[in-house]
Amino acid sequence: MQLDDTDRRILRHLLAEPDLPAAALAERAGVTQATCWRRLERLQEGGVIRARPAVIDWRALGYGVEVALRFTLDKTNPRAFDEFIEAARAVAEVVGIETFLGRVDVRLTVIARDMADYQQIYRRQILTLPHIAELEALVLVASIKDSAVLPL
Amino acid sequence: MIDLDAIDRAFLRELSRDGTLSAGELGRRHGLSQPAAWRRLKRLQEAGILAGQRVEVDQAALGFGVTVFLGIKLATRGRISLEDFERAVAAIPEVQVVQHVLGVFDYRLRVVARDIADFERVLRRRIMTLPGVGQVEANVMLTEERRPGPL
Repeated sequence: MQLDDTDRRILRHLLAEPDLPAAALAERAGVTQATCWRRLERLQEGGVIRARPAVIDWRALGYGVEVALRFTLDKTNPRAFDEFIEAARAVAEVVGIETFLGRVDVRLTVIARDMADYQQIYRRQILTLPHIAELEALVLVASIKDSAVLPL
Repeated sequence: MIDLDAIDRAFLRELSRDGTLSAGELGRRHGLSQPAAWRRLKRLQEAGILAGQRVEVDQAALGFGVTVFLGIKLATRGRISLEDFERAVAAIPEVQVVQHVLGVFDYRLRVVARDIADFERVLRRRIMTLPGVGQVEANVMLTEERRPGPL
């Protein structure tokens, strides 16, 4: 899909402020509302904009703990990745799964109500996942920046 | 904290896939009137549970083919200002996410780049020059998947 400067400008403002009402977005991008709407529609149809999901604040739902668990898998087993990810999907408290090229193979984002709850999840559902060779945890202290901005 | 019933949870599950769904549409799916669905959405917003929208784009189609997660350890703990580091790192246009963490690293960053050569430029010119940066570990992201979570 070919993009021009107007598309990029709209995307830049949309990524910076995803909650901006349509009229304000059009104004910032310097286009009419009709143009802005048409362009967004086209970007969605062309698959450039994949989705506009709602943000759920897990803290407001009582999940005060977020931990990034970084796994190295036992890659002598060719099915290690598939079986690990399939099992991780079955853990309700896993809200994100990423795979990597590097020292870390897979990262799971796990949420829990508090540290006691986390300990339960960790012991019963995380340590029992298949093919773990190594594992380390990074506990989220504060989110300083959380955006999808691109230097367009 | 507010109590959620099965319909609230269903609303959250559906909105976490498509945040643009209207109260009318959500109501229709669950046998509620538009005003009744709207009142539920309003309540979830006021409780801070529904916290706006996110935009997911095809970064590769926009020319950003590489996403790298960096683990950063600060070199001179206690002597440099965390606020200064955070301000400087958050201002880098290629840095999408900055998290202060506890563990083998002090900070986690999500960085986008056009390709590996572009990433090297960002790493050398922007990241390694930040005040107090010590050990840095990079992992190139291959896939990512968001899960619905405990709803």
